[in-house]
Amino acid sequence: MANEKPGFQLHGEINSILATDCGSTTTKAILIEKVGDEYRLIVRGEAPTTVEAPFEDVTMGARNAIREVEELTGRKLLNDQGVITPRQKDGSGVDIYMSTSSAGGGLQMMVAGVVKTMTAESATRAALGAGAIVMDVIAVDDGRKPHEKINRIRNLRPDMILLSGGVDGGTITHVAQIAELIAAAEPKPRLGTGFKLPVIYAGNKDARVHVRNVLGEKTDLRVVDNLRPVLEKEVLGPAREEIHNLFMEHVMAQAPGYNKLMQWTPVPIMPTPGAVGLAMQTAAREYDTSVIGVDIGGATTDVFSVFGEYFNRTVSANLGMSYSICNVLLEAGIKNIMRWIPFAIDEADLRNRIRNKMIRPTTIPQTLDELVIEQAISREALRLAFIHHKSLAVGLKGIKIERTIADTFEQTGTGQSYIDMMQLGMLIGSGGVLSHAPRRVQAAMMLLDAFQPEGMTMLAVDSIFMMPQLGILSTIHPKASMQVFDRDCLIKLGTSISPKGPSGGVKPGDPCVTVKIERENGQEEVHQVPFGAIKRIPLGVDEKVKAEVHPSRQFDVGKGNGHTVETDLTGGVVGVLIDCRGRPLSLPENDKERRAKLLEWFKSVDMYPEEALGKYARAS
Amino acid sequence: MAHAYTPGLKVTEKAIIRKTRRLPIPGEVLVAEGDPVSPDTIVARTKIPGNPQALSIANLLAVEPGDIQWYMVKNEGDRVKKGEVIAEYKAFFGLVRKTVESPVDGTLEMISTVTGQVTLREDPIPIEVTGYIEGTVESVLPREGVVVKTEGAFIQGIFGVGGETTGQIAALASNPDDVLDAKSIGPEHKGKILVGGSLVTAGAIKRAAEVGAVGVVAGGIIDTDLIAYLGHDIGVAITGHEDVPVTVIVTEGFGKMRMADRTFGLLKDLSGMKASINGATQIRAGVMRPEVVVPGYKPKRSLGAQDLSVGLVPGTPVRIIRQPYFGKLAVVVDLPPELQVIETEAKVRILRAKLEDGTVVTIPRANVEIIEE
Repeated sequence: MANEKPGFQLHGEINSILATDCGSTTTKAILIEKVGDEYRLIVRGEAPTTVEAPFEDVTMGARNAIREVEELTGRKLLNDQGVITPRQKDGSGVDIYMSTSSAGGGLQMMVAGVVKTMTAESATRAALGAGAIVMDVIAVDDGRKPHEKINRIRNLRPDMILLSGGVDGGTITHVAQIAELIAAAEPKPRLGTGFKLPVIYAGNKDARVHVRNVLGEKTDLRVVDNLRPVLEKEVLGPAREEIHNLFMEHVMAQAPGYNKLMQWTPVPIMPTPGAVGLAMQTAAREYDTSVIGVDIGGATTDVFSVFGEYFNRTVSANLGMSYSICNVLLEAGIKNIMRWIPFAIDEADLRNRIRNKMIRPTTIPQTLDELVIEQAISREALRLAFIHHKSLAVGLKGIKIERTIADTFEQTGTGQSYIDMMQLGMLIGSGGVLSHAPRRVQAAMMLLDAFQPEGMTMLAVDSIFMMPQLGILSTIHPKASMQVFDRDCLIKLGTSISPKGPSGGVKPGDPCVTVKIERENGQEEVHQVPFGAIKRIPLGVDEKVKAEVHPSRQFDVGKGNGHTVETDLTGGVVGVLIDCRGRPLSLPENDKERRAKLLEWFKSVDMYPEEALGKYARAS
Repeated sequence: MAHAYTPGLKVTEKAIIRKTRRLPIPGEVLVAEGDPVSPDTIVARTKIPGNPQALSIANLLAVEPGDIQWYMVKNEGDRVKKGEVIAEYKAFFGLVRKTVESPVDGTLEMISTVTGQVTLREDPIPIEVTGYIEGTVESVLPREGVVVKTEGAFIQGIFGVGGETTGQIAALASNPDDVLDAKSIGPEHKGKILVGGSLVTAGAIKRAAEVGAVGVVAGGIIDTDLIAYLGHDIGVAITGHEDVPVTVIVTEGFGKMRMADRTFGLLKDLSGMKASINGATQIRAGVMRPEVVVPGYKPKRSLGAQDLSVGLVPGTPVRIIRQPYFGKLAVVVDLPPELQVIETEAKVRILRAKLEDGTVVTIPRANVEIIEE
């Protein structure tokens, strides 16, 4: 799938870069400079975003955030016109400035297609990959009656609609039907009441004339190449490019102050999640591995995955840790949240606490109980967001697959998931609950419990959430972006070794895996971890050891059940985690046993203060 | 962000209140600058295009989509009445006859020979915006609406459900710890906004609806009671559009929570006065809190003013908004500038505050809100 390239080419040498991300609540600025041969993060600044009343000018927040950078560096970066570029002889200014934005609710889209699991799904992928929140998916076979679809289109006020459907040369009736429903609904854009709603048509090219006749007058219609020209092929690049163009022309141009901000920079402003997606793709390329990234915010949780050539992004618009925290409760259920809490808590009390976090979203846990509860909720939010992601990160459905005799015993259908947890090389977490966990091992455990990686996986967190800025930077200066990503953005937690299984009757306590490691000084260690346990081995950041991982017969660490894997293990601030709790991970049903098991795990990895774990143990 | 703090909710006996009353799409403004308006004055009006109906004529008459124009009795732009024949198929000299009747009154908007469907448009739907509060039109937003200005008491709640309504305030609780239950509510409370203390029970809301009360304001509500009242759970904090008979506003949060003295005292003083309330809550960028507006209130006493421009300083009254001191009121004693390690082991900015019982406690700054005038 094509990367979106903003229409800007870099000229001359770049030594200093200023980048901002105008988020829905905070605007963050980072200053990157060339230090010796390397690009490094110098300082960051932040300030509240000013898109909403009473300010209604995004540049005020950007100026405030940049002013903090000015104060910290003692350098002048701003003048009356905006950011000073290029860098001046007196040391003021930077060589280039750029920005991403998700302020004002980000990019909100509706997508439409003919078949829900085919063209509509491709359109959804195109929209999500461009950084949009997909408000609804309309399809001929979505089970709703025409008037219900029309009402839905009318009531949602998206920033734009992406319409697809049909392969080139195929029947035009169905996609025409959807176009007529959109025309009947006369949808209005979210911003700018006097404007026509942008509609991108990326369907059967033979239906273009009819679609123009039906929608040309009523909407701001753009026609791009079919995103499913043939069933077996998905071409999302042109649709995504047009989404970005319209994002700039419509959404940004009508958001308060953006016209001014756009003049500050020669690089087109990108939607924040689109930029994060680019950062993830750059990381996968540079580390030469498969990557899953997650950003858990107050309102939404974004999941990104890069497996081979396939990049996917999903946004779970209503899974988050403050604004949408009650939706986590609603979707996961109170029992699933309570299963991660190692002490007894009244269900009603827990429900009220969750609601109170929703209405006072900026508060932080003061007691350890509260922290444990918040981290329990986050596991469920992450788990649900990942389930959502896996449902969309799949191959094309409904296509003809040629089978050979070798495939006879593997009756896999179309629409297979791209996500292979055994192949996953790196799992990156971002967002307050992960990045600001008081002990880094807490972030590692949240990631392990929610995503359940298999085999060997590097776990990492984003230190200060600068991936949006690094994503947009990667479009014009990949080297600078990657150097800062590796040195200053990622905090490597360490490698997890998670045997998949058991495939047969194995009891807790039975042998699961033996890991032999040889440290750089030649010292050898053998770690035997039984099924149902987790062990933490210290291994520092960027330290490497040679390891032999021997799983027992019912377990697999990458080469099949019982087969040894020889590998290099990289450390991190947590070290190496040998996670023999099983894949899928299961917890005892009995409350008392479950709490005891959690406490055993938490103690084993030093997750919370020992004293507190002792208190919990005595109480249960 | 040196002055980062949670500003807290406004509870003031005397404020200038402005409400922008805007149409969803451009229309006609019916009042002029300086005009007096009441809560039910219609200040602006428009019409949104009527609901469309799509009918598959090709399927209904069993003809090819490309041929439907031969069978249409009505053309694009024609008015149609409900039950009127819009398409007809005849064969064998009329012996075989099939018709399609319009399911609605409206206009025939489009005939598609590609899909074989027609679109009928129902008559436009009028949309009206009322004044919501008693006041005067301060300014007119051409074709969009007006800004209504008034002076009076203004109280923000923390969370609410139900939309705009108007009624007389009836303070039923005698102190802020009181629980508002069903037995305190009677037929005399029809059309009233009932004020409770620390909690409103599910029974009380049900009873309020039965007697025709329009609103309830209380310190807290039990999460499961709210779900029972709404008939569904709330996932994200966007409310105000629920189809409920009584608008409910809580001032403190979920659970039994003593209403802040300042809020309770003012609501008691306002008893008997006409108020406009709105339960709409939105917690995200562009925060919207539920509110009680009492135009024309002349304060019986001053609640005292604070200078909030300086943010948190020693002496600032605050409410603690998270465990372990959730709901307690305190006064800031000290604001150490350096980060400190709290029980969770997080390093955060803290403050020390004196509780009402004289105990001095340490609290993350993020976990207090200023009690705001």
